Amino acid sequence: MPLDAHIVGFAEALRSEGVAIGTSELNDAFAVLGAVPWTRPGPFKEALAATLAKSPEDRRVFDLVFERYFFRATEGAALQAGVREGEARDANGPGGDRIDFDALREQILEAIRREDEAALRDLARLSIAAFGRRGEGSGVLGVDVQRIRRALGLRSEPAGLVKGEGAAEEPPLTRDQIRRFEAHLRRELERAQIERTQALPPSRPLNELDRALPTGPAQDLAAVHRVVAQLKRRLATQGHQARGQARHAQVDVRRTMRASLQTGGVPVVLKYRPRRPRRPELYVLCDVSTSVTSASVFFLSVLHALHDSFRRMRSFVFVERISEVTDVFARERSFKAVNEAISKDAGVADVSGYTDYGRVWREFLVQVEDDLHPRATVIVLGDARTNGRDPRADIFAEISEHAGRTFWLNPEPKLYWNYGDSVIDAYMPFCEAYECWTTRQLEDFVKALTRPAAA
Amino acid sequence: MIPASVEEVAAGLQKVGYLPGESTALVAYLAARLGKPVLVEGPAGVGKTELAKALAAYLERDLVRLQCYEGLDEAKALYEWNYRKQLLRIQAEADGTGWQAVQDDIFGEEFLLARPLLQAIANPEPVVLLIDEIDKTDQEFEAMLLELLSDFQISIPELGRIEARTHPVVLLTSNNSRELTEALKRRCLYLWLDYPTAERELEIIHLHAPGLPETVATRLVEVVGMVRELDLKKPPSIAESIDWARALLLLGAEDIDQQVFRDTLSIIVKHRTDLDTVAERVGVRLAA
Repeated sequence: MPLDAHIVGFAEALRSEGVAIGTSELNDAFAVLGAVPWTRPGPFKEALAATLAKSPEDRRVFDLVFERYFFRATEGAALQAGVREGEARDANGPGGDRIDFDALREQILEAIRREDEAALRDLARLSIAAFGRRGEGSGVLGVDVQRIRRALGLRSEPAGLVKGEGAAEEPPLTRDQIRRFEAHLRRELERAQIERTQALPPSRPLNELDRALPTGPAQDLAAVHRVVAQLKRRLATQGHQARGQARHAQVDVRRTMRASLQTGGVPVVLKYRPRRPRRPELYVLCDVSTSVTSASVFFLSVLHALHDSFRRMRSFVFVERISEVTDVFARERSFKAVNEAISKDAGVADVSGYTDYGRVWREFLVQVEDDLHPRATVIVLGDARTNGRDPRADIFAEISEHAGRTFWLNPEPKLYWNYGDSVIDAYMPFCEAYECWTTRQLEDFVKALTRPAAA
Repeated sequence: MIPASVEEVAAGLQKVGYLPGESTALVAYLAARLGKPVLVEGPAGVGKTELAKALAAYLERDLVRLQCYEGLDEAKALYEWNYRKQLLRIQAEADGTGWQAVQDDIFGEEFLLARPLLQAIANPEPVVLLIDEIDKTDQEFEAMLLELLSDFQISIPELGRIEARTHPVVLLTSNNSRELTEALKRRCLYLWLDYPTAERELEIIHLHAPGLPETVATRLVEVVGMVRELDLKKPPSIAESIDWARALLLLGAEDIDQQVFRDTLSIIVKHRTDLDTVAERVGVRLAA
């Protein structure tokens, strides 16, 4: 198969993994390859990446697919041409069976430290050969890789690095370095398997775990924060987008005429009508009861972000009763402090600790009835689970009547709405309800929020 | 000047004080060679804008810069009719001139105010065009750029099409605060710039703060790396680590110990809450 067919095939493989590649991008890829020394692996890969993978996520998928596709392509070609490496391997391993694991480990550590990929590859083969002679191979790739690694005593923990003298000074291996060696092992094992069976194994799609950008458990909260920070900027620009439809400011004829008096009635200086952004006034009610525990950190960070973006906003948290927390957000800048303050002294749970929506609406209405006006927006963050109590949709209707727009963000999937004690249907006629438990859904909602109210 | 190889670009950029990574040099070379726009993305402070400046210096071209912001429109990015001049022209017109003559007159190039994009295209010498922080504008503006980026031309209704006399090298930068449209991405080469590896950052420090003792420089890069690991509002950029290196050079620091670190911390960390986090998590690990 010629190279161009391989590139098209590679693009096809990328498409099947969900990377959007148009014909124009393929054209670019060919144009780019014409301009770089593509016979070297580095430039070849980077040149393709620059034209085909256009976001960090795509790049991640690109790297995985690149590895998989071209490995298969070379092996496929080797099979067709009948090239075998088996004999060569025995020749270049001097005294192959006498190599013991300790010596091998020293060499591998050395190669990892020097980041010598070629040496690592050779060492991976030697390890497989040595391991094979011990006769512990299971035939399953993943298992064998781990067994070989363990036999070599390669671990990422600093304590279990190398036993013996001088080990203390050696820098510990990182998880990444080990993973790189494992990749070599895996590839060499796969190659041996292909040579044995004389056939390419069926290609598997990438699994979700590989595809996702690497994260640790501690990074989850940070990720929420990052997206919320992004949301903050979006909130700031979305309004402009809506205004963008009347991009050119309108000339204010009266003020232009008045200004033209200075220049003898010739309108030299044009006066424009000022642009007035829609500045929503927000009332946010956030459920912090136990039934929404998993979502409430998410909700509170949303609340936090909203507070940064909207000057005119009041927020409330509720379980059985309601408590205004606007001051807490105004006083505390750090999210952690806010979270603590709310969980400590909001005093929202009374006796049972179950949400009482009827009472919440009543208290809310008493507190804000005089301030609500048609330009205000009310947002409720909650699961609408009343624990069998009266939903009091009539009071909610009254709130919605006073406010300009009312939204409900429900952290449960739509499937569970109105199931069990969920009474969201009772409130639906009076608000726009959204399913919202991921940042993406939040974005959809933000778009709705900044869209001008439907006439 | 069109560079002949990737290595030449890498060496050239290094000469003007920018140390490119492998993929950076490659994409810069392709941009100069093929005339494709490049979309550069990455966290703030990894040298995206600096790349454009270095490229302009290396290629010996002028840098035309369009800084994007919310509400940027054609009038500020492309061109604008010089309304006052047109008005004066009409006023100065002797009676009896026909409408046609005036109309032809006042919509000529003489009355056109060229904004950065038009400047970049109409320049007789090839330039480097930097469209900075494209993610700050709205989607309509992106759509407007498409004609420019794929065909290097601008349509002005009264004048017709203005085609590029020379091919500019175009760099667009984005902090990824908003997803850019597919149409825009399709027209660009893509380059993701990330924080440099420790070795590269050390080289950068050596290049910009020569004379800083080796031990201090190594320690500095280590500390900056540690600080970037933390979840901060604003992690330190490369420019800030250079600033820090220069400050340490000026202070004649022999080593970065807790005292020095505390005194100069504000150079790399610029948020109150971040200051606390860093002092708490990194400061204590240094020698007293």
